[in-house]
Amino acid sequence: MSTATVEELAEVVAPNRFWDRQRRLGAGVTFVGVLAIVLFGSLAPSETAKFTISQDASGAAIKINGQLGAYVFGVIALAAGIAMLAGVAKRWQTTLLGVGIVAFVLSFLCWQVAGKFLPLVDTASGTLQLAMPLILGALAGVLGERSGVVNVAIEGQFLMGAFGAALVGTMATSVWAGLVSAAIGGAIIAAMLAVLAIRFLVDQVVVGIVLNLFALGITGFLYERLMQPDAQKYNQPPAMPTWSIPGLSKIPVVGPVLFQSNLLVWLALILVVVIHFALSRTRWGLRTRAVGEHPTAADTVGIRVRGLRYTNVLLGGLIAGAGGAYFTLVATGSFNKNMTSGAGFIALAALIFGRWTPFGALGAALFFGFAQKLATYLSAVGSPVPSQFLNMLPYLATIVAVAGLVGRVRAPAADGVPYVKS
Amino acid sequence: MSTDEPVAAPEKAAPEKAAPEKRAEKPGDSFMAQFTHNLWSANTVTVTVLSIVLAMVIGAILIIVSDSEVLKTFSYITARPSDALNASWNVVSAAYADLFKGAIFDPAAVSAWFDGSGTWQQAFTPISETLTYAAPLVFTGLSVALAFRGGLFNIGGQGQAVIGTITAAVAGFTFGLPVVLNLIVALLAGLIGGAVWGFIPGILKARAGAHEVIVTIMLNYVGLLFLGWLILQDGIQDPNRTDAISKSVAKSAQLPSFGGELRVNLGIVVAVLVTAAVAWLLNKSAFGFELRAVGANPLAARTAGISVGKTYTLLMVVAGGLAGLGGATQVLGTAYALTPAVAGNIGFDGLLVALLGRNRPWGTLLAAILFGALRAGGNRMQSFSGISLELVTVLQALIVIFIAAPALVKTIFHLRAARSARLGASMAKGW
Repeated sequence: MSTATVEELAEVVAPNRFWDRQRRLGAGVTFVGVLAIVLFGSLAPSETAKFTISQDASGAAIKINGQLGAYVFGVIALAAGIAMLAGVAKRWQTTLLGVGIVAFVLSFLCWQVAGKFLPLVDTASGTLQLAMPLILGALAGVLGERSGVVNVAIEGQFLMGAFGAALVGTMATSVWAGLVSAAIGGAIIAAMLAVLAIRFLVDQVVVGIVLNLFALGITGFLYERLMQPDAQKYNQPPAMPTWSIPGLSKIPVVGPVLFQSNLLVWLALILVVVIHFALSRTRWGLRTRAVGEHPTAADTVGIRVRGLRYTNVLLGGLIAGAGGAYFTLVATGSFNKNMTSGAGFIALAALIFGRWTPFGALGAALFFGFAQKLATYLSAVGSPVPSQFLNMLPYLATIVAVAGLVGRVRAPAADGVPYVKS
Repeated sequence: MSTDEPVAAPEKAAPEKAAPEKRAEKPGDSFMAQFTHNLWSANTVTVTVLSIVLAMVIGAILIIVSDSEVLKTFSYITARPSDALNASWNVVSAAYADLFKGAIFDPAAVSAWFDGSGTWQQAFTPISETLTYAAPLVFTGLSVALAFRGGLFNIGGQGQAVIGTITAAVAGFTFGLPVVLNLIVALLAGLIGGAVWGFIPGILKARAGAHEVIVTIMLNYVGLLFLGWLILQDGIQDPNRTDAISKSVAKSAQLPSFGGELRVNLGIVVAVLVTAAVAWLLNKSAFGFELRAVGANPLAARTAGISVGKTYTLLMVVAGGLAGLGGATQVLGTAYALTPAVAGNIGFDGLLVALLGRNRPWGTLLAAILFGALRAGGNRMQSFSGISLELVTVLQALIVIFIAAPALVKTIFHLRAARSARLGASMAKGW
């Protein structure tokens, strides 16, 4: 309620200022361009930076002089920024923004990789792997929040999913049983969220935070009571197999990244497309959006508001729970206390940064996954850039996005407002 | 968030008036006054008590189903039900008895004190532990409660507390000031650190309309990662250690503890004083009136000439400062050095404490003591009965779930319909 007030105020005071969104963006891109030239260009050693196709330093590679590359890409970012500032080619603003950001990242990479090598395939597939739970978690958020239920409990759903996958996967010695029970684990938390938020009208952010603690407590408790004393019996789930699609996986770079992977990655990518089309093209999607934006109107035309919200939150729980399976069945191979360590909140950040849309969430999740992968790479090669600062990137990017420094992100109008039939 | 109560409700303000006046003379009195006052708003207490009972029952079920010895007796429950019931009763009663002994008092230690075979410190250890764990929670709880009353949801208590631990600890081992001054400076540093971390979501909310929940959630992790980076830097990290731990704060900057081996320290006293200050700020000061007005209805407040943006910003600064003090109490009172987990979970626990305390200062204090007791008792339960400390987290979460959904408790116990606890639909709002 209060957010709207302040928002409207700001818009009334300055309806058409010189520093509109494009100019502010342009100023930002210009700034990072200058930063890239001054900082990365001057710091980069004049050595060859190798971006290898294969896993090691030899083999086919894209080579560039690190310092030259840092300068060149810095200048490209600067040029894109100035073009946006000058207001030329207004139709290509988004493209220019993309060029500016990519050039900035490349300039940074040229500086860091100079004298070393960066395996491209490994980076790309690592990015996808790290992004996968974020995609699934953010999709769970999309389902709930587009129908008007705030889901801050993604972290808890991940944890329950990871725990369920480890426990049932081990006891049934089947990775698929683990995956199914992971989804059910997520749905349990989702059901609690749905009942408390929709039926009992509790503040949804409060419920979400409390459910996170509940999931943390109950998985930690059962871990110490069951899994720690007898890990063999309860905490050694089989790993999810990596499948390669014959033919397609032979394509260079793209093949090993996309077509030599596990089921969860494909599931995440397919779900993005499915939910996108379902939201925009099906009756269910139209109803979901109606309920999320204006539940009273939706109710007037005979849509069951609460029923739809229950369905969506539970579906989201299944998806987020499956995302939690990543932590035990793909990443580590056993459950540990609080093993998700904030991933659910990065998924929440991806949801918000991606403007509550499936493809936006996908893009944001890939970006955050890349930042995480880069952080591990940089600390492995002993870079002076601390990995903690790269890991902050998702959170800082989200703050910048919600503060409207780079265009405003807007939640569905009725997001978080319980519906009471009058 | 009790938006129904605070602003322009003279008939309700009247019973509360008695409490603050007495408070000026004797804090203990007002405590009781507040307590009886809460007791008379009957359903709040009923729901709270029933919530705790319900949570304990679910906790007992968890203890039983996770104990393989007890579960074995259930396999022949139809043949000999007494076995299963006895075994369940034994394991649960032992666990909860330890919870009580660790939190409040242990009869054995008390009788040993009277015999002369034990010391008075041993008899008071449980209470000391309870208050030690409660002190930081009072601050983070007050931080959340105060922000709630102004219509803001401060989930950033964790991040603000983390920054508070950093600034307090750095001030504590850097300046080397004389005895009393060093402690005051370190506490102030924690306060300011948290206030800065609270200022960010406040100003973003006021200026750009950025939702404080999103910003504070994100800042929690930024603060945590910053701490992880900082303690590995030269000048911060303990030069004699290779792992992630900072130098210890100077002896003169540590919160002094009472009675030799007891851990309870000055922090709890500061916590009570700050609770009184927050109660005054909220109920008596002009700013308190403004923030309650804004919390009740920002549009009306703006029409009445209150600057909503300024109130939001200032409120988040104060809330951040309180959480920062919580962090400072943690590091100056018990931890003494920074580690990646130095702030524990006090920020998120503070959220639960504020909900349990119905967003009132003295209620928050009581709730913090209850949570401290659960935590202290949980430690004993873990070492004596072998029940994981995580059970306490489950209990805390369950209690707050039931508190936050009074309708749920009413449905379960078929309570008579009456004015519900001060939490529920009125609090819900979107992003």
